[in-house]
Amino acid sequence: MEKVLKDLVLDNSDEIVRMWIDQAKKNQHKEFYQSISEEMLENTNREFVNVIFDGIKKGEMAKTPLDEFAERLINLGWPLTYLTDGMQVFRRSVVKFIIQKWDELDFSEAEHVYELGDEYFSWVLEKVDEWVDPLINELVSEYSGSWENIVSLQRSALQELSAPLIPVMDNITIMPLIGTIDTERAKMVMESLLDGVIKHNAEVVLIDITGVPVVDTMVAHHIIQAAEAVRLIGSRCILVGIRPEIAQTIVSLGIDLGKFPTKSSLRKGFQTALELTNREIVEDRNQEQEIENLIDSLDRSDNE
Amino acid sequence: MKDQSCVYIKKEWDIVAARQMGRDIAIKVGFGTVDQARIATAISELARNIYLYAGAGKICFEAIETVQKKGINIKAIDEGPGISDLAQVMEDGYSTSGGLGAGLPGVKRLMDEFDIISKSGEGTTIESTKWLR
Repeated sequence: MEKVLKDLVLDNSDEIVRMWIDQAKKNQHKEFYQSISEEMLENTNREFVNVIFDGIKKGEMAKTPLDEFAERLINLGWPLTYLTDGMQVFRRSVVKFIIQKWDELDFSEAEHVYELGDEYFSWVLEKVDEWVDPLINELVSEYSGSWENIVSLQRSALQELSAPLIPVMDNITIMPLIGTIDTERAKMVMESLLDGVIKHNAEVVLIDITGVPVVDTMVAHHIIQAAEAVRLIGSRCILVGIRPEIAQTIVSLGIDLGKFPTKSSLRKGFQTALELTNREIVEDRNQEQEIENLIDSLDRSDNE
Repeated sequence: MKDQSCVYIKKEWDIVAARQMGRDIAIKVGFGTVDQARIATAISELARNIYLYAGAGKICFEAIETVQKKGINIKAIDEGPGISDLAQVMEDGYSTSGGLGAGLPGVKRLMDEFDIISKSGEGTTIESTKWLR
């Protein structure tokens, strides 16, 4: 930034801020800004422009206040367009202002400017760009960096809960599937299913698809493959949690799930699993009866 | 006829986005849970076909509202390799990717109207409609 221009901009910062805020307001009519109070928007606008001016004053663009400001906006969920629009408006305001004041400027220290003649306009643009562009880059990279970070964190979080295998009792294991199944996840389901069956020595595996929103041919295909693989290593698969609407779409699609048993709920599937492993749930009636008898007798003695 | 919105299919996760948008529109039109699941599954099949065979394309939705009936119109448009034998892909069990081969005939059964236009080397357009009863 040429010193003359810089001084001009700094000396007239109030004027430019006013121009900037007027302009910025015109852009801020979109949906997002309606959810924010006028006061909040006003304050943020002011802070934004102050951060920019602080940077100019210190010569080298001071990174910390800018980064802090950007980070705060990201946390509040403000859109990236707020920052980029704001910077563009700032650029326009500054250029407009300099052109307006061009005739009053004194370039005695930098005479080559006079030689530009009619081309001074593009020279001003270039100078202002030199100054605004690094700022925009900084803001955008800060913003996208923070998003990339969030996305990668969420991806690993998703992977952690991708395909858990829960051994509920000897020889019976459950795999609850929740959410959308894509190719990557289908692969993990298969791997952890086979690993788990061997590790827990499972005779019966229940795959619960209650939490899978849509079962299309791809998902069905992967489930069939997984069940087939489980069968190959000598265990049995029961598909549970088929909601009525999913059952209808599976029939319409013409998918054949007849090769392994299916049940509507995990509870029914678990009962079947118990039967398959020659076990059953026996309610311990005797003890309950005894306690009831005891209470009855106490009641009776109270009454007497 | 009113608003039309499109989802571009480039990544596998765009299928989920398409499905979500289709489901939202289906809810707005007034479809019940079973039909919502049918529509979502049909969109899933169409979007997956674009992702698998054409690489890129788009799915457009339109909520249809006339005096007599309401419904949702789904268009899957791609500029992929196209389908050389339409009769064959509409057969159950035909697949070139080792899948179940139930996709397109399945969509036809899930929806009420189904139309497919494809030219080898130029791409495929599938248009399908589900009416609200």
